[in-house]
Amino acid sequence: MTSPSDVPEFNEPGSPSDDQAGQYYGRTIPYLPLDGYPGKLIAIEGTDGVGRSTQMQLLKEWLEVKGYGVVETGWTRSPLMQPTIEIAKSSNTLNKLTFVLLYATDFADRLEKEIIPALKAGFVVLSDRYIFTALARAGVRGVDRQWLRNLYGFAIAPHMVFYLNIDVKTLIGRILASRGMDFWESGMDLKHGDDIYDSFRTYQIKLLKEYASMADEFHFRVVDARRTVDRIQEELRRQVGAFLEPADKLPEPVLTR
Amino acid sequence: MLNNLTQPHDYPGKLFVVEGIDGSGKTTQLGLLAKWLAAEGHRVFVTEWNSSALVKAATKTGKKKNALTPMTFSLLHATDFADRLLYKIIPPLKAGMIVLADRYAYTAFARDATRGVDRQWVRELYSFAVRPDLSLYFRVPIDVSVDRLMARRIKLKFYEAGMDMAWSSNPVESFRLFQGKVLDEYDQIVREFGLEVVDAGGSITEQQRLVRTLVSQSVRVQASHVDVAAEEITHDEPV
Repeated sequence: MTSPSDVPEFNEPGSPSDDQAGQYYGRTIPYLPLDGYPGKLIAIEGTDGVGRSTQMQLLKEWLEVKGYGVVETGWTRSPLMQPTIEIAKSSNTLNKLTFVLLYATDFADRLEKEIIPALKAGFVVLSDRYIFTALARAGVRGVDRQWLRNLYGFAIAPHMVFYLNIDVKTLIGRILASRGMDFWESGMDLKHGDDIYDSFRTYQIKLLKEYASMADEFHFRVVDARRTVDRIQEELRRQVGAFLEPADKLPEPVLTR
Repeated sequence: MLNNLTQPHDYPGKLFVVEGIDGSGKTTQLGLLAKWLAAEGHRVFVTEWNSSALVKAATKTGKKKNALTPMTFSLLHATDFADRLLYKIIPPLKAGMIVLADRYAYTAFARDATRGVDRQWVRELYSFAVRPDLSLYFRVPIDVSVDRLMARRIKLKFYEAGMDMAWSSNPVESFRLFQGKVLDEYDQIVREFGLEVVDAGGSITEQQRLVRTLVSQSVRVQASHVDVAAEEITHDEPV
């Protein structure tokens, strides 16, 4: 048993090149071939409350100032599925399989209608969470891992995946200092017990372990999320800059003559 | 990899499935089978494709706005199926009942492939399904199916007619093109998963006799009752 206060260990550093990037992971969507689209897909992953959204906003701002077109996408935000997912979450009729499939449907909708068109048009697509959250949550709930990977075979491998890594103790401190613990983020559906604190802790330890197990497989760039917002952002910008700049050098604007 | 769809289940109940395109008469046959099994003293539960409350809302919104892509169409139906499998199909099977399914995963295999979704991907998607004890495929020529639907003045539904593929703006023509391709997919599926083929061009009574003969190989019935008394079923004549 590893000590939960230790931040999970990763091989250093996240593998930078990934020849799958921009292609389907597995079985493709045959009617949507991806031939050399100019856009880039960057995912920011990490558990609930780790600070993804803050980092996304800062990164977006910075990219736009640099002159990149940016499109944001999130998890469970498609117009098609959002109402259904909300109903399902509140009605308690979800079993783990329908849960997984609803999220996959939502993802497919966003992939076809937002992500692929944006990549085609040359945008930088910033994804707040990606399939790894779905894989981690379902994995913790005992869904067959190979089945999950086949299911999400139609996902496009991002050019970069940043994984905001944190230990459960720091995470709990942050969550309690901000918005508090909620039912789903605490994995209360798994019935670890009635106590939300204990359930949150147990569930998040499992989730973090699940994410950690995917790091090599999916080329995560692991970022230590225990640091300040600015320090984390600095690292993201350095890596994103190094990736984007050599590919398409922006002409330096001449402001004065 | 899960292999539930290719390995026999070990529930005490039995799962029988009917498959075929619209107008193949499979629902009529399923109804007759249900009556007979109930009369034989079995507890029977019938479940239909795409009927769970959970995804009905999304399917409706999607249909209204013509917003479903082949992938989201496929995944929504898989969600519906998973919901029914876990709440409606497996519990009666555990209780030793007979479950009759009007369409099963094979419908998804046929339709989704026709829409251009990867065949193997759909099969893997449904690999959590329970393998039926018997799957009956009602094979019907496309002209017969169209004639039957027209005779009943059935308004062809948007997705059933494959209108989302935009192969024809005429619903009947679109149905013909789309379901014609679905029939080709079924032929592959029959070979791959060992479905029993029933010639759906034959008389209702003849078909039902074959259905009951096949079913009686899996459940205990009184042999003398396999023969269908024609007067019992004529009122269910749909055409």
